[in-house]
Amino acid sequence: MLSRTWFEIGRYWLFMKSLFIKPEKFIVYYRQVMHELVSIGVGAVGIVALTSVFMGAVITIQSAYNLINPLVPIYAVGIVARDSIILEFSPTIIMMVLAGKVGSSIASEIGTMRVTEQIDALEIMGINSSGYLTLPKIIAAMIILPFVVLLSMFLGIIGGWLAGDLSGTVPSPDYIHGLQDQFLPFNIVFAMIKTVVFSYIITSVSAYHGFYTEGGALEVGQSSTRAVVYSSVLILIFDYILTQLILA
Amino acid sequence: MIEVKHIDKAFSGKKVLEDVSCNFETGKVNLIIGQSGMGKTVLMKCTVGLFEVDKGSVFFDNRNFSEMNFKERKPIRQEIGMVFQGGALFDSLSVEQNVMFPLNMFTTMTLKEKLERVNFCLHRVNLVNVNKLFPSEISGGMKKRVAIARAISMNPKYLFCDEPNSGLDPKTSIVIDNLIQEITEEFKTTTVINTHDMNSVIEMGEKIVFIYKGKNWWEGSYDELKHCDNQEVNDFVFASKVMQNMRK
Repeated sequence: MLSRTWFEIGRYWLFMKSLFIKPEKFIVYYRQVMHELVSIGVGAVGIVALTSVFMGAVITIQSAYNLINPLVPIYAVGIVARDSIILEFSPTIIMMVLAGKVGSSIASEIGTMRVTEQIDALEIMGINSSGYLTLPKIIAAMIILPFVVLLSMFLGIIGGWLAGDLSGTVPSPDYIHGLQDQFLPFNIVFAMIKTVVFSYIITSVSAYHGFYTEGGALEVGQSSTRAVVYSSVLILIFDYILTQLILA
Repeated sequence: MIEVKHIDKAFSGKKVLEDVSCNFETGKVNLIIGQSGMGKTVLMKCTVGLFEVDKGSVFFDNRNFSEMNFKERKPIRQEIGMVFQGGALFDSLSVEQNVMFPLNMFTTMTLKEKLERVNFCLHRVNLVNVNKLFPSEISGGMKKRVAIARAISMNPKYLFCDEPNSGLDPKTSIVIDNLIQEITEEFKTTTVINTHDMNSVIEMGEKIVFIYKGKNWWEGSYDELKHCDNQEVNDFVFASKVMQNMRK
């Protein structure tokens, strides 16, 4: 078990090293990055928007429910909702949702290419297959996912505002006051740092699991599942490490 | 000429190839034949560098391919065209884009020149009006022909075909065999075909290597094969009644 773990870690680093061999043609990689920006970014907007609006609403209503105390001003709900969404919900939970959507898609795409010999076909041509298939996805995810997370923050806060106002638990002026009170712009920077790190984790880990798929359709499914599980666990570990390093 | 010298290959301690040596001659159709599971595909993949050999060497026109690193192998790889068992066409690309792929990666041709070359290659394999179709929209025989068109798009010196007839009806198999033979004569390629289809042996067998239990068991021409007295070779070649009657 332990030797298998070391084997996987060693192979992952060799895989990462192989990505940075000089590309055969920059323009082809550039086009791939553009394609992946749309595929990863635009493809994720729907699920992110839906999750963000409802989670923002739930965070606001639950915070209001737990803060019924004459000593706590009602605008504190706005502060709690804002900080929860910016610091944790959008950069971490949404990225875990994306580990499921983007990660499984990458692992199954590359895994299918492996079992149908498409990767062998690339290598026969003299193309660095790991770099060609993975590097554009990593670059695209690290560029586009911070924007997706910013959108998630915005929609989460809007969802909270709508839920608080429509249910009458948090009036609009109080919620907006809470959003503006003691706002630290650095929290956004921190969330962006986390998002970039998590984007790298999701794409590289998923591509790694897809690339080393052996067998057939069943193994492609297993690689896809492993990609999501490993990405999610690594996101949680790095969430703690980054919070400790930057905020503590 | 391709020279394979004393190669060994094992997977998880199990020897698949043992001290295999053979030559594949220039401008000829060289066949690797043998029962399933005897090491034909492994021999081919070792020859083209998809598997690293444990021992021995492979020479492409006196260039020691086995001792080269990824970068040094690139020029030789660009002289190789390979047709995989399942075609290995890129699912996300159309027929035209599949054939154009090596041209995009390795040439500085203009789009017009590339299109002319693609149309020439598709016309050469008797495919018309399929440029915009995707691999999922064409038949198995057409996929094989597109794979051949992609393999010849860069004017290869060496053409490898891994079971080009598997899964095809007898008539389409003959079309594919004739096509490979014509291309070999026309472009003077060193063609290596991996097959267990005796029709292909009759149609194209100029030089035949019989692999049995991971060893080069027998080597010779089709005429020599007909009068061969090796028990294992005869058991394989004359297994069917058609072949037995033909021998009589």
